[in-house]
Amino acid sequence: MSALLIRDLQLAFRAGGGFGLGLAFFLIVTVMVPFSVGPNSATLSVIAPGVLWLGALLACLLSLDRLLALDWEDGTLDLLATAPLPLEGVLSIKSLAHWLTTGLPLVLAAPLLGVLLNLPTQGFLWITLSLLIGTPALSVIGTFGAALTVGLKRGGLLLSLLVMPLYVPTLIFGAEVARRGAEGMAVETPLLMLAGITLGTIALLPFASAAVLRVNLR
Amino acid sequence: MSIWEYANPKKFLATSERVLPTLWVLSGALIVGGLIWGFFFTPDDYRQGSTVKIIYLHVPAALMAINAWFMMLVASLIWVIRRHHVSALAAKAAAPVGVVMTLIALVTGAIWGQPMWGTWWAWDPRLTSFLVLFLFYLGYIALWEAIDNPDTAADLTSILCLVGSVFAVLSRYAVNFWNQGLHQGASLSLDKEENVADIFAFPLYACMAGFGLLFLVLVLYRTGTEIRVRRMAALIQRERMAADA
Repeated sequence: MSALLIRDLQLAFRAGGGFGLGLAFFLIVTVMVPFSVGPNSATLSVIAPGVLWLGALLACLLSLDRLLALDWEDGTLDLLATAPLPLEGVLSIKSLAHWLTTGLPLVLAAPLLGVLLNLPTQGFLWITLSLLIGTPALSVIGTFGAALTVGLKRGGLLLSLLVMPLYVPTLIFGAEVARRGAEGMAVETPLLMLAGITLGTIALLPFASAAVLRVNLR
Repeated sequence: MSIWEYANPKKFLATSERVLPTLWVLSGALIVGGLIWGFFFTPDDYRQGSTVKIIYLHVPAALMAINAWFMMLVASLIWVIRRHHVSALAAKAAAPVGVVMTLIALVTGAIWGQPMWGTWWAWDPRLTSFLVLFLFYLGYIALWEAIDNPDTAADLTSILCLVGSVFAVLSRYAVNFWNQGLHQGASLSLDKEENVADIFAFPLYACMAGFGLLFLVLVLYRTGTEIRVRRMAALIQRERMAADA
């Protein structure tokens, strides 16, 4: 398992561009927001938590189609499916690698981009924490979507259409934590719900992902 | 006599063809009768005026929009567990009907909301969860369309339906929570069922029964079409193989 993780991480780092692309996308979305809604700092600080969450979600979404596609094309996935490691484990590792290369950098970058959007001071802790807890769910749900569409030629757009509705609860609770935190309100309830969604998806969704991948590999 | 006999496509087609004409007439009569009764023979509401009568389209459509997804969930489970092709095709046939019902509910709701709430749309929990349901339908249909192999498509869409159901319920509760956090929705959430008096209720029941039957009719009819499409593809392939040999 660790060998697979190290391999995926190395590929992500060395294949050039792929690693930083999600981050760059996150940056550019955030920069575009003041252009579209105006530079008024009061407006920006109100919408900052939501924009950061949406930007992170989109950056995550855009990187999903490469999560399995390369391994599918060169036949690595067939080998992994016949390996002694269960496919559920393989996909969990894939999700973890995706989170380490896409989700974690987004979490670390979010406070910096919060400065650009004039995020209130007490909001920085909560945006970081909510993304830290929420983004693993995005990776795991995204792996399910990627497994669902891996064999399709024009899977990219379909992948977004399938995964977006599944992201709704995570986005609602995650953005709610960040928004309440920024306004100095109590955040326990949405934070617990967010953590519950993340833990639940990590525990259960790999089984569904493996099931659909087996169908696609058949 | 068990329900599983209808897993045989031939038996399914024979029976559905026998009952379909009756069901068509019955559902048509109930809907037309219910609508005429509701539109012309009930008094105007003292507060909402005649706009209240859109209830006869709105509520039955919303009811069937949710139940269509539930039926797809059951059909998907039957496909996953017992692998009856008719069941997978019935789920496929139900999705477009469900999406149209969802659309009717959303549009009639907007038309009703404009004079009543003064807005076409509000991010009320109920409205929002219907919009999310609409997106789930779109994804499900798009996945069916995207895959060529019918068995692969049936497998993948049924698992999407199962996973999607869990997330749809989750979204429902998330949206409830989120809306409370944003604004008090009390002024928007008129609880219609509790307010409706008997004089409005009876035509409403007729419409609900009519819409239920209409859904059944459309699903049976469309499933029959899907079975014939499948059969046709098999025949064409057989001809081609005979020609090659």
